Amino acid sequence: MFEIAAIAVLIAMLLTLYRLFAGPTLYDRVLAVNLFGTHTVVFIGILGFLTGRPDFLDIALLYALINFVSTVAILKFFRYRAIGDVGRAPIWRRKSASRRIRLPKLGKRPKTGGSK
Amino acid sequence: MNILSILNEALSWILILSGAFFVLIGAIGTVRFPDFWSRLHAASVSDSAGIILLFLGMAMQAGFSLIAVKLAIIGAFLFITGPTATHATANAALVSGLRPKEAEGLTAAEPSHKSKNSKKDPHKIKGVKP
Repeated sequence: MFEIAAIAVLIAMLLTLYRLFAGPTLYDRVLAVNLFGTHTVVFIGILGFLTGRPDFLDIALLYALINFVSTVAILKFFRYRAIGDVGRAPIWRRKSASRRIRLPKLGKRPKTGGSK
Repeated sequence: MNILSILNEALSWILILSGAFFVLIGAIGTVRFPDFWSRLHAASVSDSAGIILLFLGMAMQAGFSLIAVKLAIIGAFLFITGPTATHATANAALVSGLRPKEAEGLTAAEPSHKSKNSKKDPHKIKGVKP
């Protein structure tokens, strides 16, 4: 039973990898990365059952946590071109970011002199 | 007691096999669908249904122990964060200007949005009607 599930999840991971490398847009790739991480979590859990070592579930939990944070971080980076505080980015970078995503509020930030 | 264990075994079989089926179906849909917005659907099938069924089956296989608690924690976390991550991806794609492909016979939901209104106010999407 676990062998069948492991093989199915492996095939699903391979198909997701295909979408990850062939995705035409960035968001296809982000979706594929998220899906691949979720499949990895399940695969680690199944592997723990297969080998009789349920300690693998701790690794699976850690992987689930990292997977979510990495997805949100990738999306935030490609939207604001900065991962940390967006208001503290250099002004040229802030302007280019505001022009790229057309957020009107970010361009008016320098009047207040940065957020602190 | 024997009947109960057999029932438990059969139910966990069914849950794990259907979970594997849903995961596989979601991955196939992610490869074969033509558009990002339709790939979201396939990804959500694999992301919530398959994962929850697989973890339920594994928890039934483990019985009442610490393993089942860990499995429940992972399943609850994935159940919350999977749709959240999918929503974040869809929202970022929508804000960045990605629009669904239009089929031949369908009329566009917002035909002149990208050329006319995107410079004025890209966050306000006009004409989205079911």
